[in-house]
Amino acid sequence: MKINDVVCPFCGCLCDDLEITVEHNRIVAVDNGCTLANAKFMSKEQLASPIRRTGEGWENISYDEAIQYTVDMLLDADRPLLYGWSGTHGEAQCIGVHVSELVGGIIDSTTSVCHGPSILAIQEVGHPGCTLGRVKNRADVVIYWGCNPLEAHPRHMSRYTTYADGYFLQNAFRERKVIVVDVRETETARVADEFIRIKEGGDYAVLSALRAIVRGKGDVVPESVAGVSRSQLERIVTLCKDAKFGAIFFGLGLTMTRGKYKNVRNAIELVDELSRHTKFTITPMRGHWNVYGSNEVFTWMTGYPYAIDFCRGIAFYNPGETSAIDLLARKECDACLIIGSDPGAHFPRGCVEHLAEIPTVVIDPVPTMTTALADVQIPVAVSGIDADGTAYRMDGVPIRVRKVIEPTLPNDREVLKSIHAKMKEAKGQ
Amino acid sequence: MTELLIRNACVIDPLNDICGEVMDIAVRDGKIVESVGSGAEVIDAGGSLTMPGGIDSHTHICGTKVNFGRYMSPEDMRAGRTARRGHMHSTSGYSVPTTYGTSYRYSAMGYTTALEGAMAPLEARHTHEEFTHTPLQDMMANTLFDGNWPIMQAIHDGDIRRAAAIVGWTLSAVKGFAIKLTNPGGTEAWGWGKDVASIRDPVPHFEVTPAEIIRAMIEANEMLNLPHSVHLHCNCLGKPGNHQCTLETFDLVPNANNKRQSLYATHVQFHSYGGSSWRDICSRSEEICRAINSKPQIVIDMGQVMFGKTTTMTADGPMEFNLYRLYHNKWSNHDVELETGSGIIPVYYSRKNLVNSIMWSIGLELALLTDNPWQCILSTDNPNGAPFVKYPEIMALLMSKRYRNEIFGTVHPDTEHNVPLAAIDRELTWNDIAIMTRGAPAKALGIEDLGKGHLGEGADADIAIYPININETDPATSAEEVIRAFGQTDYTIKRGRVVCRQGTCMVDGKNTTIWVDPHISENYSMDHDPEFAKNFDRYYTVRMSNYPVQEEYIRRNLCIETEAQL
Repeated sequence: MKINDVVCPFCGCLCDDLEITVEHNRIVAVDNGCTLANAKFMSKEQLASPIRRTGEGWENISYDEAIQYTVDMLLDADRPLLYGWSGTHGEAQCIGVHVSELVGGIIDSTTSVCHGPSILAIQEVGHPGCTLGRVKNRADVVIYWGCNPLEAHPRHMSRYTTYADGYFLQNAFRERKVIVVDVRETETARVADEFIRIKEGGDYAVLSALRAIVRGKGDVVPESVAGVSRSQLERIVTLCKDAKFGAIFFGLGLTMTRGKYKNVRNAIELVDELSRHTKFTITPMRGHWNVYGSNEVFTWMTGYPYAIDFCRGIAFYNPGETSAIDLLARKECDACLIIGSDPGAHFPRGCVEHLAEIPTVVIDPVPTMTTALADVQIPVAVSGIDADGTAYRMDGVPIRVRKVIEPTLPNDREVLKSIHAKMKEAKGQ
Repeated sequence: MTELLIRNACVIDPLNDICGEVMDIAVRDGKIVESVGSGAEVIDAGGSLTMPGGIDSHTHICGTKVNFGRYMSPEDMRAGRTARRGHMHSTSGYSVPTTYGTSYRYSAMGYTTALEGAMAPLEARHTHEEFTHTPLQDMMANTLFDGNWPIMQAIHDGDIRRAAAIVGWTLSAVKGFAIKLTNPGGTEAWGWGKDVASIRDPVPHFEVTPAEIIRAMIEANEMLNLPHSVHLHCNCLGKPGNHQCTLETFDLVPNANNKRQSLYATHVQFHSYGGSSWRDICSRSEEICRAINSKPQIVIDMGQVMFGKTTTMTADGPMEFNLYRLYHNKWSNHDVELETGSGIIPVYYSRKNLVNSIMWSIGLELALLTDNPWQCILSTDNPNGAPFVKYPEIMALLMSKRYRNEIFGTVHPDTEHNVPLAAIDRELTWNDIAIMTRGAPAKALGIEDLGKGHLGEGADADIAIYPININETDPATSAEEVIRAFGQTDYTIKRGRVVCRQGTCMVDGKNTTIWVDPHISENYSMDHDPEFAKNFDRYYTVRMSNYPVQEEYIRRNLCIETEAQL
């Protein structure tokens, strides 16, 4: 059986045109997907049952036991952290917020280690953005800054920018200029019309120079800025000002290098300057397929996009204090529920060591690096494969990911619902 | 079966011509009935003012841009925090509260139904998700068609029936309620960083004018037999001299429906400015109201501005950018492919600022100079003019000349040379306020037959009991009491259940989403239109099959099925 228009639950592109072939409730072929999509849909590693760490290894336990363990762990904790959320659907994230509120815990998503700085910048200066279709149909200048879509978001250029057909462009590929800004010549840089190679940590200076030139103060810009010649910067500004519609996309190369949120603020303010000359927009290249959904859900539920602390009853937000890495580095949290992410693979050593010391439960379909730190793992259906639910694309467009095969395991929202219900019961509510 | 009897209620129910009669209200299973048995739960209203639940017919509380207003404004979130308590979740936010915050605060003020003012069809799922978490109000969504490509194409080709068919398909697909036009044509022009300057200014590339879009949509609206009329945010919002554009727009409107208006013009305060620049801006409320008074086919809401901090948010992207260039604080923009735009900036309306003082005055003038209160609904275009929690103050300003004078004495001293407010003596009555917040919005939205906005037999038992005795209180001299009473009900009852008692919400609640599904003949069905499907899949970034909002998003819902003349 072939299923059309399937949504890919891998990256923030949320491509929704995949064709999946299913035989005997197994996926046997994936068409239209990138290699990342193929790997995810074809993966067969799912755990079959919840597991608990014993002295020597692991034992299988029932869902009831695993859920009870999680409930007891959270209720017993003084400073529980509920972390991850980017790899699950919105309905599960909503229950996650309710659980966190109920135990007075901290809820944080992978945002705090990816585009958290972008959000801090947006909270200072705002965000002139648009949906990806606006770019696809109109943009004649596209800038990729500190990101490498050909490898990290493989279909971004073919679906939304460089290679996509656009209503207002006769021959999109020839008419669009692509500018890549990076510290090294990536795959993406090789296909660009203009590659700006900057010295590591030089983003802020280069953005400031571009802003100065846009404002007509190019004479203050030195001959070379962070390894980029003034003449190239001037050429870029002319390209941007002459554009009918320009779009900047940026990645962790901007958010997680020296300057962090100040870099992003500078990029947004460049777009602000350019908006006085022509149309310009800026969009973060969100990584996980539903990391932006975690920001949306947390925001309408609590008022804040990530790093929310309920320990005083109200929702309290102070990234740097209430974000996962900081809590773990200070060894402040004493229990952790991890869902839809793999901090064991990404967090600094000290944080991972602390995770290994405290009781930790992982809700995840497959064994990951985090499994190695956990006390219990609860396998679940894979959102977008055998569970459906809401996801938000990198530009904020909500799309329902589908269930293409019948699940054999409960999904994230079912597991969380049981946890929530048992906790309410325990608290006499 | 659950029964409730409210005794000694001093009822104002304008749709049933009841004005201050002390009576009992019987409720069975969520509906108003003739009588109930002796076992019914009893609430003694003790002669307190009792009205149908409030209806906000234009407010921005759920969806992509509202949430972005929260996301970009931790300072606003900090300005309104409450902890989890009983059935109430924790809340954050002052001008853009979290969904629960919005729901609880509206409920405490006796509001039980609200229309989200602007939903981009592509992002409809988001609006519906937030509806689910706004548990104490029944919700509807205005659906944006101001820059819709296939519709502009159909209008350009002179095919209004096709335009209507696309509207019908879209409303049904995204579970929307009504046609919303925000700066028609302007949001598409903004895709190139431009705007339209008047209703005769053609949209780049599509070569249709705002006037053509407005007229076509009014016609399409009636072809689809929709409960509500076209809901219009006029062009040229916030620009000195824009009253001309507004008057020209009103002149476009035929009297096309004998049950309700043919055009709902929203937040008209922002569209009633004279002058040619910020230096000579003045009120033109008198001309605007003269037009409204002579055109029963038009209903407006005020869009009152109140002094203090708030957040502006609208689909009108170019307007927000202009506003940003005045304020220089922070600016977000979010264009939506093939459909519309949006923008957000925080603002502070100061009584020491002449322009802000004039805006404040104009809103009140509109309500006081519109002869028929059924034609002017109370609103702040929440949160654009002010957060909705300011409604009680607006009611007091409208009911008391003395209170108005008191505040007028504190605004910018030159205001009086630019507005007629000081010369207006009218004081609105309790009945007028009930019309402007219950009867008129229900009638304008076309939901009175669904049992909204009144307390007749068979109506939804959505009831607000305010702690005030209208026979003992003269609103002209008791502004403070009016503000206190309208700020917090004794009881807010939703579907026959007490949902809020003196500001404390008593239940988790579960709302109803009201949407429309026009039945369109096969010939006009977009599901079987190869050209529509081809262009859809080519120019949108979401496949046509993934676009409609699934049933999962509207768990409790009321679908209004209409027979389209197509």
